[in-house]
Amino acid sequence: MFQTVEELVKEANSRSLPLSEVMIQTEIETTGKSRAEIIEKMSGHLTVMEKAVQRGLQEEIKSRSGLSGGDARLLKHYIEHNESLSGSVVLDAVSKAMATNEVNAAMGTICATPTAGSAGVVPGVLFGLQPKLNPTRDQMIAFLFTAGAFGFVVANNASISGAAGGCQAEVGSATGMAAAAAVEMAGGTAEQSAHAMAIALGNLLGLICDPVAGLVEAPCVKRNAIGASSALVAADMALAGIKSVIPCDEVIDAMYRVGRMMPTALRETALGGLADTKTGRALKERIFGLNAKRSVSKE
Amino acid sequence: MNYRSVFDIIGPVMVGPSSSHTAGAAKIGRVARKLLGTVPIEAAVTLYGSFAETYQGHGTDVAIAAGLLDFDERNPNLPDSLSIAEKLGMKITFTADRQTPVDHPNTARISLTDGNEMMEIVGVSIGGGKIEIHEVNGFSVSLSGSNPALLVLHHDRYGAVAEVAGLIATYEMNISYMQVSRKQKGSLALMVIQTDEEIGDDLVTGVSHLPNILNVAVLT
Repeated sequence: MFQTVEELVKEANSRSLPLSEVMIQTEIETTGKSRAEIIEKMSGHLTVMEKAVQRGLQEEIKSRSGLSGGDARLLKHYIEHNESLSGSVVLDAVSKAMATNEVNAAMGTICATPTAGSAGVVPGVLFGLQPKLNPTRDQMIAFLFTAGAFGFVVANNASISGAAGGCQAEVGSATGMAAAAAVEMAGGTAEQSAHAMAIALGNLLGLICDPVAGLVEAPCVKRNAIGASSALVAADMALAGIKSVIPCDEVIDAMYRVGRMMPTALRETALGGLADTKTGRALKERIFGLNAKRSVSKE
Repeated sequence: MNYRSVFDIIGPVMVGPSSSHTAGAAKIGRVARKLLGTVPIEAAVTLYGSFAETYQGHGTDVAIAAGLLDFDERNPNLPDSLSIAEKLGMKITFTADRQTPVDHPNTARISLTDGNEMMEIVGVSIGGGKIEIHEVNGFSVSLSGSNPALLVLHHDRYGAVAEVAGLIATYEMNISYMQVSRKQKGSLALMVIQTDEEIGDDLVTGVSHLPNILNVAVLT
């Protein structure tokens, strides 16, 4: 049983196992379930993710508020018909991340990774890498166990709740998880996965949770987009041999402490940030009417 | 360690848009429903902290209503729960309490009745769809760690605890933590039992059929 990234990496190295395998064996130990049962459950989650991505890219998705929906398809069309600036792998991952979050905002079915508001990053990166790396289904399932292993450490040592730690705890964690899993899928070492996570999360420290009108739409969908692109860049940096100066566990601890310092207005209360802009407030009025008036003064 | 399984991180599979404010809220509502044990006709829900500020946008009200209807977080009917509840004659009121300070920003208090019995719980959604129950009918509940837990409302009679523990043992399951609370001798009591292993539906049914047991809910 690992409680830190250091222990996770040590266990993988000492037993010559991939990180995903350490997570699978830990799950067998703690739950008493069979390996087949655990793999099958994750395979089911993978299918849910795949369906959400497909829905978001193929169907006309619109949330009830009208604040989100259709952007994943816009991006897909752009990739197919233009010479993009950031390249097709990155943008493909971004469009798939957005597709997932647009389905989520429309109250469709998704798999939280680690949360629903940040559910786009991990599948976005996974399905974005699929055409390039041609993984087997088992490798795709392994990707999710590796992502889960890093998220497990964050959830137990810091937080994955926007209300407790801001968006850095949600999209920040998801981005680190996806970066670490991408490194393993690309053939990197366990240490490189840890550096990818540290680089990715370290760059999103301080990210606030400021949902316009309290909806999981703006800026959430686009935060997942940027998360997916950052994860790929952080993975490439780690694969190139670039190391995070601050070790991964210390970055996670820093994220936790930054979250504790964050004022309530910036932690999923829709009282600060983009939610508390002229347009943000007007949108809240339009969507929820007069009873949406704020009754709490600023801190 | 609040999170125990990889599926707390990669999961749950759920209806959007928020794991804490929708899926977690649905779970809290469902625990209340399970502990009442019958269909509620009236429920008063008080939301605190972030729940109070963003419940409309996150569908927290919709999700709690879904839980009170015994829907789980992946039930495709979840988005329509408020109108389904209304059709069933279930009266649910939501109050946003922005003043009372709470330990965790995602806290909900649910009082419900089926016309005869009353039930009140305080639940907290800690992130990623995981929940904690902090209070049941005025009993404060303290759950250590994150193991699966059975919440059992029962009459305070001799043998009640032994019967439940005995049944758990027949499933070759280990109890890692147990708490029994009651208001006074011989009255209504609450057992909180954490196990090392997952709690299956058959065990829940078995416990609910034991003598002196009123209602049973599970936290996974």
